[in-house]
Amino acid sequence: MDKFTTLTGVAAPMPLVNIDTDMIIPKQFLKTIQRSGLGKNLFDEMRYTQDGAEIADFVLNQPAYRKAEIIVAGDNFGCGSSREHAPWALLDFGIRCVISTSFADIFFNNCFKNGILPIVMPQEVVEVLMEDAKKGENARMTVDLEAQTVTTSDGQSFGFEVDPFRKHCLLNGLDDIGLTLEKVSSIDTFEAKANLLRPWV
Amino acid sequence: MTAPRTLYDKIWDDHVVHQAEDGTCLLYIDRHLVHEVTSPQAFEGLRMTGRKVRAPEKTIAVPDHNVPTTAGRDTHIDNEESRIQVEALDKNARDFGINYYPVSDIRQGIVHIVGPEQGWTLPGMTVVCGDSHTATHGAFGSLAHGIGTSEVEHVLATQTLIQKKSKNMKVEITGKLRPGVTAKDITLSVIGATGTAGGTGYVIEYCGEAIRDLSMEGRMTVCNMAIEGGARAGLIAPDEKTFEYIKGRPHAPKGAAWEAAMTYWKSLFTDEGAHFDKVVVLKGEDIAPVVTWGTSPEDVLPITGTVPAPEDFTGGKVEAARRSLEYMGLTPGMKLSDIKIDTVFIGSCTNGRIEDLRAAAAILKGKKIKPGMRAMVVPGSGLVRAQAEEEGLAQIFIDAGFEWRLAGCSMCLAMNPDQLSPGERCAATSNRNFEGRQGRGGRTHLLSPAMAAAAAVTGHLTDVREMMAETV
Repeated sequence: MDKFTTLTGVAAPMPLVNIDTDMIIPKQFLKTIQRSGLGKNLFDEMRYTQDGAEIADFVLNQPAYRKAEIIVAGDNFGCGSSREHAPWALLDFGIRCVISTSFADIFFNNCFKNGILPIVMPQEVVEVLMEDAKKGENARMTVDLEAQTVTTSDGQSFGFEVDPFRKHCLLNGLDDIGLTLEKVSSIDTFEAKANLLRPWV
Repeated sequence: MTAPRTLYDKIWDDHVVHQAEDGTCLLYIDRHLVHEVTSPQAFEGLRMTGRKVRAPEKTIAVPDHNVPTTAGRDTHIDNEESRIQVEALDKNARDFGINYYPVSDIRQGIVHIVGPEQGWTLPGMTVVCGDSHTATHGAFGSLAHGIGTSEVEHVLATQTLIQKKSKNMKVEITGKLRPGVTAKDITLSVIGATGTAGGTGYVIEYCGEAIRDLSMEGRMTVCNMAIEGGARAGLIAPDEKTFEYIKGRPHAPKGAAWEAAMTYWKSLFTDEGAHFDKVVVLKGEDIAPVVTWGTSPEDVLPITGTVPAPEDFTGGKVEAARRSLEYMGLTPGMKLSDIKIDTVFIGSCTNGRIEDLRAAAAILKGKKIKPGMRAMVVPGSGLVRAQAEEEGLAQIFIDAGFEWRLAGCSMCLAMNPDQLSPGERCAATSNRNFEGRQGRGGRTHLLSPAMAAAAAVTGHLTDVREMMAETV
């Protein structure tokens, strides 16, 4: 997993609420057995017509946002399925950070496993960031994970909360499995005890 | 004396392997269910790092999302990408030595139907799967939720998950349901009341007389859609119905182990005075048969209602409702029961169990579907299908004009050939009405199996209670 430290980039505004995982990556692209290559189909049905032509007014098709690295989104981003193809598609497109008032639980978890930082901000801050994002490619936003701040193109800075363990993993690009396997003796002990208490499991 | 605990607290406490100072826990996983779509990258990860599956005996795999539901699928799947995914699961199951129900096995079906059916799902367990509808298993009083592929790999390698505890939410459905009202109407009505993000950060415990009165099938329907309300998991405390359902299933404990398990299972309830962070109470008698009108499961109304206008909402929902109505091709003010239907889909992990097929067949008996209607039943498992055939339900569906399919997820998410065309309108017993969910441009109305059957007969969304009055 790539580290996430600071990011300065273009933010795409997507004010729609309840952007679901079927919108982020429709099911026909879940048939892959790889993690990479999904970026071209990110938001596929919003981004392309049935015959594959780009829909000009979709935000990521607009010249200013074709290289966006941040999305500022409406409430409850990522609701729906557990498909990790959603963060894989975002990452493959180049998105490293999504900012919203709220995220669906599984999507939120999946982001951290892939070096994407999901940031929860209050409604009034998301509104300020949304307006900043609407300014286009000259308005570059900065996300600093170490300092836990988002700074708009005109220098307004807002703090955000992040789970300390997840922050540590993102900053250092750490693999969860490797960390957990360091505790393998605790797992062995638990298993032995559970086998006595609940042998039918 | 320990402080009173909720059912969720108890299951959580019994599975903590390690707790860090910041509250992050390593949680032991008792059952890991696996399907072909969200697992290939996880197994590939194990191969690349030379890791093994830690507990293959607690890992159960079955192909369901991609598989065609027509004959001949056990020898050939036309769609190459689907075939590759199913073949990859075959190989991974073999290479890593996990329990497996291939397409050719009568026990194959939707993973959330197979788990309980085979007795893999038991009260007090932690159950995970790379699928958001894992919440289904909460009907047994097990802590069950969906995970992403990285977490699938983590569970395969370590039999644990890194978790932070969610908050406790109680959803109580008091009193009795009225005739024609089902578990599906309960679960949709709860989402209508709380919104699709209302449960975010919570584990829900469903309780109350109306929940107690439900069969295990009905309870699974309720818990299945906990995730549509944003909750990580839904739970129902086990009782005699639960134990009765489990007894004798292939992987249920037997003999002395059964007795020991029963002692433990009977301790799985929320203590008097335990704290809930949020409480929602609905009266059973206030719940009506419902349908969805929009593209979010929270867009739900009683069948007697009318299509709302965007201005009926506030905030970001105004624009979302406008977009939904345009996508769905509906005009504010029109009666929901005037919405004409092209297709009816009965199946899915929400409503693909035997009781669902019985409810639909009871409405369809002696009737025909509207001419021109496409209607299909996709049983949740090969065993559900066989039972429905034995009970004569299959013949009722076939006589009415339904297609009688093989088991799988099918048109719930349209990864296999069962899909809607642009503009095609479907009454579906599944769980999501998102844009494009059942096929690009397809329009989905979620409802109960009985309501779906009624719509198949009349050709439009229909209050099933009118049809029940006819048959009495």
